[in-house]
Amino acid sequence: MLRIDRATYDAIVAHAREDHPDEACGVVAGPEGSDRPERFIPMLNAARSPTFYEFDSGDLLRLYRDMDDRDEVPVVVYHSHTATEAYPSRTDISYASEPEAHYVLVSTREHGAQTGLAGDEVEFRSFRIVDGQVTEEDVEVVESYLFGHSPTTVVYD
Amino acid sequence: MAIEVRIPTILRTHTGGAKTVEGSGATLGALVDDLDSQHPGLKNRLVTEEGKLHRFVNVYVNDEDVRFTGALDTSVKDGDSVTILPAVAGGC
Repeated sequence: MLRIDRATYDAIVAHAREDHPDEACGVVAGPEGSDRPERFIPMLNAARSPTFYEFDSGDLLRLYRDMDDRDEVPVVVYHSHTATEAYPSRTDISYASEPEAHYVLVSTREHGAQTGLAGDEVEFRSFRIVDGQVTEEDVEVVESYLFGHSPTTVVYD
Repeated sequence: MAIEVRIPTILRTHTGGAKTVEGSGATLGALVDDLDSQHPGLKNRLVTEEGKLHRFVNVYVNDEDVRFTGALDTSVKDGDSVTILPAVAGGC
């Protein structure tokens, strides 16, 4: 399961809408071994394409070096599909090379860059991609990590 | 002195979990051969049957993407630092 805080979730969706009709992409880094997506890092789609995304190779090197220095890993690798469903394509699967990462797909096919419309439900789905095998997982949006792991309910003694 | 090579998570199964390994060679291609003799299977993950670098990986010599410096023919020497990273890409 992917557990992600509201602000990061919203930032990913906003990035996808902003770049529509091109695909948007990025990473949410987190401390190694924590499985907590904490640091939102939108990346430039060097392909600037509605059907393909690619991190620029220089950006990629800086990103990984930066994460290394902070003992972080890419907990989430996200990108958008702008005309198709939020499900990993064959190309997505062939490139997927972080078995520990949550691959998040957002689809902007219904409403594009618009927001706030009635029924404006964004497709936001998360997958594990290991050895070419795709497994969808639940997404839990928590309000904040500040209050530990009981995000949507507060239990009073 | 040797050439230090940083290995991404996905390839560490070939290096016994090591994040960095060392090797030698006058070109990137020779270095990859040397690495493969120490860590069998590594070359297959980096180089295609046609002898080209896989498009799924990015290789940097001293922060320079080798795609722009001659790919496997890129010259390397002791003290250089090589970084291998999986490309992050996809598309519908």
